Amino acid sequence: MATKTRFAPDRGLTSRMVLVMFLIGLLAVAFIAALIAFVPTQSLPIVLIIAALILGAQFFFSDKIATFAMGAREVSPEQAPELHAIVDRLCAMANMPKPRVAISDTPVPNAFATGRNPNNAVICVTTGLMRNSNLTKEEVEGVLAHELSHVAHRDVLVITIASFLGILAGMVARMAFWFGLGGDRRNDRDGNAAMAQLVIMLVSIVTYAISFLLVRALSRYRELAADRAGAHLTGNPMALASALQKITGDMAKIPQQDLRAAEPYNAFYFAPALASKESLMALLATHPSTEKRVEQLIKISDQLGSNQISR
Amino acid sequence: MGLLDTLLGRSKPVQPNLDQLFGLPSAALTLEVNGTFRPTGYGSVCYRKAEGVAFSQVESDVEELLEGIDGPEVQVSKDKYGYTWLLCQRAQDDMTSLVNDLHAVNSALQDNLFGPYLLCTLVSFQDDRGRKLALIYLYKQGTFYPFAPLTEPQRDNTLELQIKSQLGNDLRLEKDLSRWFPVWGAPGL
Repeated sequence: MATKTRFAPDRGLTSRMVLVMFLIGLLAVAFIAALIAFVPTQSLPIVLIIAALILGAQFFFSDKIATFAMGAREVSPEQAPELHAIVDRLCAMANMPKPRVAISDTPVPNAFATGRNPNNAVICVTTGLMRNSNLTKEEVEGVLAHELSHVAHRDVLVITIASFLGILAGMVARMAFWFGLGGDRRNDRDGNAAMAQLVIMLVSIVTYAISFLLVRALSRYRELAADRAGAHLTGNPMALASALQKITGDMAKIPQQDLRAAEPYNAFYFAPALASKESLMALLATHPSTEKRVEQLIKISDQLGSNQISR
Repeated sequence: MGLLDTLLGRSKPVQPNLDQLFGLPSAALTLEVNGTFRPTGYGSVCYRKAEGVAFSQVESDVEELLEGIDGPEVQVSKDKYGYTWLLCQRAQDDMTSLVNDLHAVNSALQDNLFGPYLLCTLVSFQDDRGRKLALIYLYKQGTFYPFAPLTEPQRDNTLELQIKSQLGNDLRLEKDLSRWFPVWGAPGL
């Protein structure tokens, strides 16, 4: 139903996301068909079950794994009243259950959200985001709104399912290499089993590579979607944009120092890389480039501020 | 959010529920009958100011509107979390007019399609001993919860739970206690 709204959807983003998910699904079907064709029937279920188990564990314990890896500890409202107050208000605006709040003792300003569903979610910020950086309260709020949108979109679930194929393909390739997937070698006079083993290994490797790229693309689209939802939630897209720029250190690129004094440090910057190298990096990245994200946020800001109403 | 929204990674901004607000006058009556809490005549609407001209226009329209209807004193302030509070004052026994004022604010925002930026509305009470109490309405949930501040960060949970049991018939109360967030220093409290 078409209703009046100030929150214009991005159909381009949606359709690109659908395309990527479709391709992942297609690849999965093709790969499993290849497995059925080439892998001896007795070892196929084992492979599938192990891959599903790994993924299930990753999904189910996602909150614990991520917080443990980041060295994050959960904080109570008494310990971090301001942080909780921001999250409280954002959750009330978004009408979602409040996730647990954790702080990780890292000087780099950053934040992440994890957990298998909105009721078991954890939102974690680094001490750098809260204290050390020069982020304003609005900017911190923008970052938190972005993370809450990940929770609302169930991105952990989506990415976990999407990466199933990659894990499966990687496992099959390794198993084919080590064990030959249980092919019966005694009857192998004409090298058919060895041939099948080689084929399945190659197919797995190719599948792994393609699915890796597709999942990364999906991840980038989910980031853009979370940016969009977060900006709509706070009504303050430009605060998120400037937070992004500060966090990714683009602000640091704006020279504040005499060029002669800064010159010796130039070698440490990653920025002057070749253009082709950058586009390759963009293909492998989990996050879209800051420029792309800021560009989207500027567009949202225009839409919010204008009196034109989309239907 | 439905399955499709999850798949496509879109969450639509949540529209507020404005209807439950009119339960407040009867709740105020119940409070007066059951105990000693009386309305202070203060009520406020808390919303988030969105970027851009469009919202500023709506905002000044709302203030004009409120000043146009005879009566309420209006004060606008911004809290430290970046939310705007629009405080209205009416005579202490005139809860109905106060609710109408508050409703005028939120429906103006709603009509201009800024409904998702409404956070909460607050009506304050006080008893003979000077204890403070606020009933807070969560627009998105369409529920109320009591907030009884002592000195920050202490809140009188016993009183809050008492109020909760008293008002069950008058108002739809928020069941999820984790959503009963404190609003320290809110205007009108």
